[in-house]
Parts: sequence; structure tokens; C-alpha cells
Amino acid sequence: MRAPLSWIKEFVDIPISVTADQISEGLIRVGFEVEEIIYQGSDLTGPLKFAKVLSIEELTEHKKPIRYVGLDCGEKETRYVICGATNFAVGDMIVAALPGAILPGNFAIGARETYGKTSNGMICSARELGISDEHAGIMVFSDSDAKIGADAIEGLQINDVIFDVAVNPDRGYALSIRGIAREVAGSLGLTYTDPVDALRSLKFEETGKGVTAKIEDKSAASVFYLRTMSQFDPKATTPLWMRRRIEKMGMRSISLVVDVTNYVMLELGQPLHAFDKSKIKGGLTIKRASKSQKFVTLDGQERTLDPDDLMVCDDHQPLALAGTMGGLSSEITQTTTDIALEAVRFDPVFIAKNSRRHKISSEASRRLERSVDPSLAEFASARFVQLLTEHSSAVHVATVVAGEPLYPPLVKIDPTYISRILGFEVSHADMARVLRVVGCDVDEKTWIVDPPSWRPDLVGVADFAEEVARMIGYDKIPSILPPRPLHASLTPTQKRRRAVATMLASRGLAEVQSFPFTNQETIDAMGFVGERAATYAIANPMSEEFPLMRVHLVPGLIEVAARNISRGAKDFAIFEMGSIFRSSQKLVRAISPDLSKRPNQKIIDEIFASVPPQAYHVAGLLVGKVENENWQGKARAYTWHDAIEYAQDILALCNLEWNVKRSDFAPWHPGRCAELIVDGKAVAHAGELHPRIIAKYGLPERSVAFAVGLSVLPDSALVRPNRVGTMPAALQDVALIVDEKVSASQVQEALTEGAGDLLESISLFDRYDKIGDGKISLAFTLVFRAPDRTLTGEEVSAMREAATAVAAKKCGAVVRTA
Amino acid sequence: MRQEDVSQWVKDAQVAFSTATDLDSLKIARLAHAGDKAPMSLASRTLGSLSPDEKASFGKIIGDGKAAIAVALAQATQKLEAERDKKVLLEEVVDITLPVNRRHRGGLHPISIIKNEVSDFFIEQGYAVAEGPELESGWLNFDALNIPADHPARTMQDTFFVEPVESGMVLRTHTSPVQIRIMLTQTPPIYVICPGRTFRADELDATHSPVFHQVEGLVIDKGITMAHLKGTLDNFARHMFGPDVTTRLRPSFFPFTEPSAEVDIFFNNRWIEWGGCGMVNPKVLQTCGIDTDVYSGFAFGMGLERTLMVRHGITDMHDIVEGDLRFTRQFGVGL
Repeated sequence: MRAPLSWIKEFVDIPISVTADQISEGLIRVGFEVEEIIYQGSDLTGPLKFAKVLSIEELTEHKKPIRYVGLDCGEKETRYVICGATNFAVGDMIVAALPGAILPGNFAIGARETYGKTSNGMICSARELGISDEHAGIMVFSDSDAKIGADAIEGLQINDVIFDVAVNPDRGYALSIRGIAREVAGSLGLTYTDPVDALRSLKFEETGKGVTAKIEDKSAASVFYLRTMSQFDPKATTPLWMRRRIEKMGMRSISLVVDVTNYVMLELGQPLHAFDKSKIKGGLTIKRASKSQKFVTLDGQERTLDPDDLMVCDDHQPLALAGTMGGLSSEITQTTTDIALEAVRFDPVFIAKNSRRHKISSEASRRLERSVDPSLAEFASARFVQLLTEHSSAVHVATVVAGEPLYPPLVKIDPTYISRILGFEVSHADMARVLRVVGCDVDEKTWIVDPPSWRPDLVGVADFAEEVARMIGYDKIPSILPPRPLHASLTPTQKRRRAVATMLASRGLAEVQSFPFTNQETIDAMGFVGERAATYAIANPMSEEFPLMRVHLVPGLIEVAARNISRGAKDFAIFEMGSIFRSSQKLVRAISPDLSKRPNQKIIDEIFASVPPQAYHVAGLLVGKVENENWQGKARAYTWHDAIEYAQDILALCNLEWNVKRSDFAPWHPGRCAELIVDGKAVAHAGELHPRIIAKYGLPERSVAFAVGLSVLPDSALVRPNRVGTMPAALQDVALIVDEKVSASQVQEALTEGAGDLLESISLFDRYDKIGDGKISLAFTLVFRAPDRTLTGEEVSAMREAATAVAAKKCGAVVRTA
Repeated sequence: MRQEDVSQWVKDAQVAFSTATDLDSLKIARLAHAGDKAPMSLASRTLGSLSPDEKASFGKIIGDGKAAIAVALAQATQKLEAERDKKVLLEEVVDITLPVNRRHRGGLHPISIIKNEVSDFFIEQGYAVAEGPELESGWLNFDALNIPADHPARTMQDTFFVEPVESGMVLRTHTSPVQIRIMLTQTPPIYVICPGRTFRADELDATHSPVFHQVEGLVIDKGITMAHLKGTLDNFARHMFGPDVTTRLRPSFFPFTEPSAEVDIFFNNRWIEWGGCGMVNPKVLQTCGIDTDVYSGFAFGMGLERTLMVRHGITDMHDIVEGDLRFTRQFGVGL
């Protein structure tokens, strides 16, 4: 919302000593962010004169139209200038910058030779003067706007300060000069005059029969003023001062009638709509469209109405999308002489829905959906009649009113609550004083407060607490720490996540955070199927490229890796932690319990249960070499077992035990993927990525990845450590020949089972696959130790043989003899 | 055998050891003066044939002599070994300035770092850290927070909806639904922060991202006032931006707080909008079944990306979201 200081000053007595910065600070202090202060005219110096076009010579020998124009600037002699614009004719009034003038952008005007002529100045467009973005041509005025030779800086009221103010959604009243001026006055303790006061006594003579007004749906509008006027001369033009104010507000002057509706809206905050009365068949009724039908709005767009759209209709058809945009068929034209002026206090929700359904955010809808002062339907429409009759031949015919304004109810407040919630003592007198500044009537005996008509947001004591606080100043609030509990800590889950991330980061993996969106192509390319491929679709995605929620972390890692590779990275490791969104449960229709009290437990449980579980994963992607290659020599490439080791390290860090099984699981290589199983549940997968994926995304060959479902990991049990044995250990090496299809983990499990309780550890120290015949050799070191004695050679041999016997039985292992 | 002989042997050994020039010549001297064939060793072998009295007196003389030789030998050995070490190890010199950057350097994402930092700060103040789902019920994300369906406040946040739209499921536009979950499942006093990922349909540009992070704080207790809110924010701001930072509360509007405020910080010589805050709207407390006659509370929330960008002078959001290792690695694990 823009607000020119010159306009604010009409309603607030602002002493000369008050600066624009002080006004801005005042507005900020009471909750209106000033996004920009525009010092219009500060970079402009004259002479800038109104001048009349006396002659136009078209210079045709140039690539573009060029005019050599004779101007009467109120000087003795005709002044000639070169001009590239063509939107003016002999007899028009224009603005000329004379030599010596400096236009915005430090553009000095001087007499100069150009196009073979001497140009003694410049005819200006609005943009060249920095007063509007309008650059379709030069500014053209009529004789009634200005006198020849008059100073245009003053005539165009260029020197002004314009505040661009952000208005919060609860303060619809401040989308007007009336509202902003009230806040300026309130924040600086200045005297304020409500422009509505001057309108209360306006009476217009009834000279005929007016268009009738009706509200069919009482919930959609409380009051409807319809003022009929006639004898309007369509040639009437907007006075320059009004046109300039409209332009300063960032809008365009269109025609006198439309300009007056906009001017009144900007001044008071009530949107008005003027109909060409000759296009209205019968009376006007506010009602719903009730059926789907075509409707052309005045922007020329044909729209399909929703049956619920709120419309202003005549006896035959809808004429306007209520509070949002008028219709083309009944708009004011250059031949309109009779006018029906609509001013309605619409229900904000209806207008919000109209606006949302048709994606129109107009100056009108922006105000009406934020709630407009219900008293304004009368006063703003009266202001329209006042201005239009003053500036044209129009006369008032009749005023018809339907409904009546509904005002915000009285509120009884507890003034002690306000001091209590603000944390500092505010005297009751001060409280009453500032509430009166914002427009409330306050009974200090009963503390029954009557909020002003423009403040429907003041309904509870907390709302009044905010008013008191902002008018007294948030800077008065002291700074005190609350009483606090003595202790808190991260939950075990949070600690675990943090430990995993820190471990991976300190082991050389860099954490990334990718957007959790994906698409079907990616899901298919990864080879995900069934419930691992099912996910939720975003109804309004940022782009059609990523309309789905991710089902896995690895695709995001691949994308980030590809980006890093494209920027020159070669050997690296990255990881991500986050939620995935497989559609494990069907989404049900939302329930919306009453908000005035806590819903019952069953409803709360239902709401919680309606939100699908979102698994929390950690995944890593390792590409290229394990180490940086440099003067120390070559490094080996990451390989499947590096990925598995990271997955196992995560489980080990969480103090869990697991089994390893080979798995054919997307997006991994079907022969090179390990599944890690904890308590019978697959919790992690790791290994080499599928070559098809590696090729598709241009990753280095044999890139590897791991993914661990952190949220499915069980809690770790309390550690009950074994005593550390101090007796000597006995080492036994065994080499076994097994079929190559037998996995090392099977053999190790069998040996462990056979070796008995005194086996302290077992490790594979050699694997040899060059035997041929489909056989491989696996060599293990077994470490035995007894807690209480040195083991004898016989004991150790017996345990070794027991171990190999089980391996022979379960895995067909044959002890290899040297 | 005489006392004088023993003294001479000791003297001979000391001279021989101290004049040895390296460990090899010392070895020869050692064999000559302390070896099996050395005069002292030969003499000690004859002790057995002496009378007990003589054995005692000569035994002591020889023992003392042997000890003196051992001391001399040890001193010489130590001196010559030190000389050898000095010489040899110097020959083994390497260029220890060679770059040893063999291992990949990892690091946490800066958003994780700042999230950890904020969490740790509030845990020390006795706050718990709560998290909630990113795909969230619209009732918890909007309605329960006093954001009605057609109120302009809802369009302040461009929401991602999930199909079917009738489910009302959204990608949470803020972490505030976690506050509602806490208030619906716990009883006051509540001291909690909710960090997490949030979504708004903003195009990715230098200062906006459709996916970003917030941290919100919620306190519900007896006698909580706006002064407590201010105190908490002052403390938090000093922790994040240094002891010299000052804060300013500015009236604002959020449906879930009343009174509401923006919190600005004065940092690097200018006021910067940091986040939103206010006293929890009594309507929200009522929806959550909290007795507003007994309890009051405050809430605040700020963007983690914004906090990070302001504090570290990051000028482009793309650096935070793209996952370029050259950016992330600069942060280590944030300690």
C-alpha cells in the first residue's frame, strides 16, 4: 500500500519539523513495515513548464518518426524542440523541460543540434520525470489542467514523499489513506481528522427512481448501497490533482467515473463499482451464480463461473464477479451517461473464494477479503456522488439501500490480563487512552470496550493486549529469561542420528541435503517396483519435472554427485539423511473438528493416524577412488565392500548385531548387493550400483552406495560386557575348500558354531579363487582363550576339529592340506 | 692381586672407553676391558681359591672396580649412540611439507551444523527438541493454528498440497504443527524447540528456496509473559550472532500468536529481519485443551537458511541447496 505524504497531511496535522524518516519509524513502531520511502522529485530540477503545441513538422527522412515541434511556453518567442513521440496534436498541452533542467538519472537538458535542427528543450513522458512507469508517449493535458507557462513541478505535485507500506492481513483498514493516516497520527501523537466525519451529514436529493438493490444471500453481504446518477457528460475529464494522486498510488487514470471509484477506494478503503445503468435490466441482486456459465470480466477474459461464485446480477444475468472484477457488458464506456454505483460490505470469505477460484487478486478483492469497515458502504458511495457531481454534470437520482451494516460486538476485557501478558505494568488510564487512539470507545468502569467499525479483528483480550503494546511501544517490554526446567537432553534417536552423521563426516563423507522430490522416470530408472515405487503426488508441484515425493535417498545423491562431477569433482563420497515418502497408507478425507475446544481423544488419534509414517534413512554414495591420487601414487577405486563396510559401521555404531545376506535389490547390482539383517528384519542395503543406472547418470564405473533405514533400527540393549581374558590366547589357522557358491559368512557361521564357547574371535585372512573346478579356498584365523587357564595343545586341536567338522557338514568344506 | 692393580685396570678401561671414537671401537675396548678375557674378569675367577677373609676384602675391591668400569662403559655408549643417532637420523631427513591430503575430507551440511548448534543451545536451557512429519495433516498445519481455510493468512504461505486434495495433507509450511502435536500430547510446563524442514511454493532464487528449514520455540507455563519472550530471543540472538547483537520487536501479524511481533537483529550495522514471534494465541491454546486461566506461553520461529546466510555472509541460496562439496567442506563439522 502506497501513501503519499501530501495526502496523509490532509487528515493529520504534521508539523514541518517531522521528517519522513520519523514518520517511517513511527509506522514501523506500530506494526507497519515501510518497505520503501520514495522521495519523488528529489532528483529533478526545473525549469519544467506547461506548454501548448503550436506546430508539428514531421521529419520523414529518418528511420523512426521524428517531430519538430513549436511550443508556446509562455515566452515571447515560439520554442522549437525535437520529439520522438507521436501521441499528441496541435493544441494539446504538454510538459516541456527547458535547457538547464535536470531530469532523474542526472539527465541534463540543454539546447542541442539533432536531426538537422536545434532542439531547445524536451517534451516529457511521465517516466522521464520519474513520476510513473508510463512510457507509451509523452504526457498530454487539456487547457483546464494548467495554464501555459505554469511551473509543472508544482502543477504535477511532483515533490512528494511516498511511503510504500506492508499491510498485514488482519489490518484491512490500513489499505487506505484514511487508515494509514490514523496510524501515522497514533504513532507520533498527532491530531487526526477522520475523512468520514465530513461525509456523515451529506444528503442527496432524490430526483427520480433508482435501480433497486437486493441481497439474496444474507451471509454474503450485510449492506448494499446503490446510488443512481444521470446526466453524466462522458467527455468530462479527471482533474489533474486526482489523476496525480491515483498515479502516485501506482494505478492509472482511466476515465473520470472509474477514477473517482478508485480515488474513493484509495482514500477510504471501500471498493466501489460503477455500472453503465443503461445495461442493467431490472434491479441488482447479490447472489450466487448458481449454475456453471460463461462470464466475460472487464479484462476481456471469458471465465467459467462456479455455481458458488458470488455475483452482482441484474434480472437476467450476472454483471459482476462480486468484489473482485466487473463484467465487460456493463462497464462504463465513452458513451455512458447514467450510472449505478455499487458499494457493498461483502463477507470476506466469499470474496476470498471468488478471488481464489478465478485467480484474480484485484485492488477490490485484496481489500474486501481483509474485511472492510461496514459503515463505509454508505459514506464511500456518498463521497463518490460528492466528487462526481463536483467534477461533472452528473446529478444524483436516487439511493437505494439493502440490508444494514453489522458492527463488531462489544468486548469485556480484563485490563490486568494485559499487563500480565505483556510482562510490564501499564496503568489503566494509559490503556484506555491508547485504545481510544485506535478508535475504541472505552468504559473505564466496566472495561466494556466498543471496537471501531473498521476493526473486526478486535474480539478477544489478547487482541487488545496487542493494541496496547504496539501503541505504547514494544520497546518498553523488558527482557527477562523465563523459569526453566533444570534438564533436557536429545532423545536416543536424535543422539543416534547425530552420531551417525558425525561419524560419516569425519570419515570423509560430505553431507548433502537434496529436495525430497522425484518423478516417475527416476523411480523406473532406479528399478523400484511395488510398494518401494509407490509414493504421494504433489497436487501443485513447482515444476512438472518433480511432481512426486521421493521414495529413496540414493536418486538424490546421484543427482548431487552428477552435479559435482559436471563441475570437475572426480573422487568423493557424499551422504544424506532424511525422510522418504512411500505411500504406505491411503490418504483419507480430512476431518475438521471444532476449534473452540480440544477435540476428543479419538478424533486426535484419527488425525495423527491420518498422517502416513515417513521412514528416516541415511544413505551414501561413493564414487571414484578411495583416496585422492597425488605424489603418493595411485589409489584404488571404491568397491562394493567399502559400501557394505559403511553400512555395517553404522549398525556397529548403534551397537547392533546383524547378519549379511546377498540380495537382488534395486538400485543395486543384483550380484553385488548385501542385505543387512537385524532381528530378522532387513534394515540396510549396500554394494555396487546397477551398471544400467551408473551408465544412465554418467557416474564413474562401479560406483557404490549404501542405505540404512535408521527409523527401523531397534534400540540397542544395555551393554553387559564380558570380563577381558588375561590368559594366553591360542591361534589356529584353518584353510577350507568350498564350492564357490558357498558364501564366506556361511562358512564363518559354521566354524563359529562348531568352535564352541572358548572361541574369542574369527577372521578371514585369505580368499583364493584360482583353484578351478568351481572351488575356492577360504582361510580363517581362530583365536581361542579360556578365562581361567592356559589351553593345552590337545584342547585347541579338538576345538579346531570340531569347528571344521561343522563347516564340513553345513557347507561341504574340505580342510585344505598343504 | 693388589688394590693398585685393580685401580690401574679401572683407569685403563676408563681411558679406553672415553677415547673410543665410534661404537665399533668401543666394542673392541669393551671386549678388552670388560669382556671374559679382561684382567678384572680373570682376577675375579681366582677369588674362589682365597681364604674367607681375603675373599671378602678382595671381593669388595673387585666388585667396586667392575661397577666403575660398567659406569664408564654406559657413559661412553650413551655418548657414542647419541652421536651416531644424530648423524644417521639427519641423513633420513624428508620434506615434511609435502602435501599429505590423501584422504577425502568430509563434513556436515551447514544447515545440520546450525541445527545442532541451536538444539544444543536450547537443550542447555532445559528445552527438549521435538520433530514431526514433513508430510502433515492440514488441520495441524493450519486450522489448529487459527489459520482458517479462506483467510488471507493462508495465502501468505504458498502451500504444496498432496493428492488427493480432499485429504488436506500438505507439505508442512512451517514447523508449527509440531507445536500443536506437543500441546495435544503433553501437559505444561512445555519448553521445546522444533527444528525441521519446511516447504513453500517459492521459486528457487538467491534468497528463496521451496524447501528450507525453520526452528521454532514454544514455551507454555504459568506466568509466561512477553518479557520472557524478549529475554529468550535476546539470549538466543547473542548466542547465534555474538554478544554485541541487539534485538528489536516490531508489531506484526501471525494467526497463531497475539500479540505478534517480528524480531529484528542489529547486525553488521543494519537491522535485519530474523523471525516471527508472539504470545501463543489463546484460541490456539483452547484448541489444544490448555487452560488459558492458568497457563500462557510464547512461540518464536526463524529460518535456518536465513540465520546461516546472515551470520556467515552467504549471498546465494543456491550454494546451500546444490550440494557442491566445495561449499559444504568449508564447514567441517562446525566445531
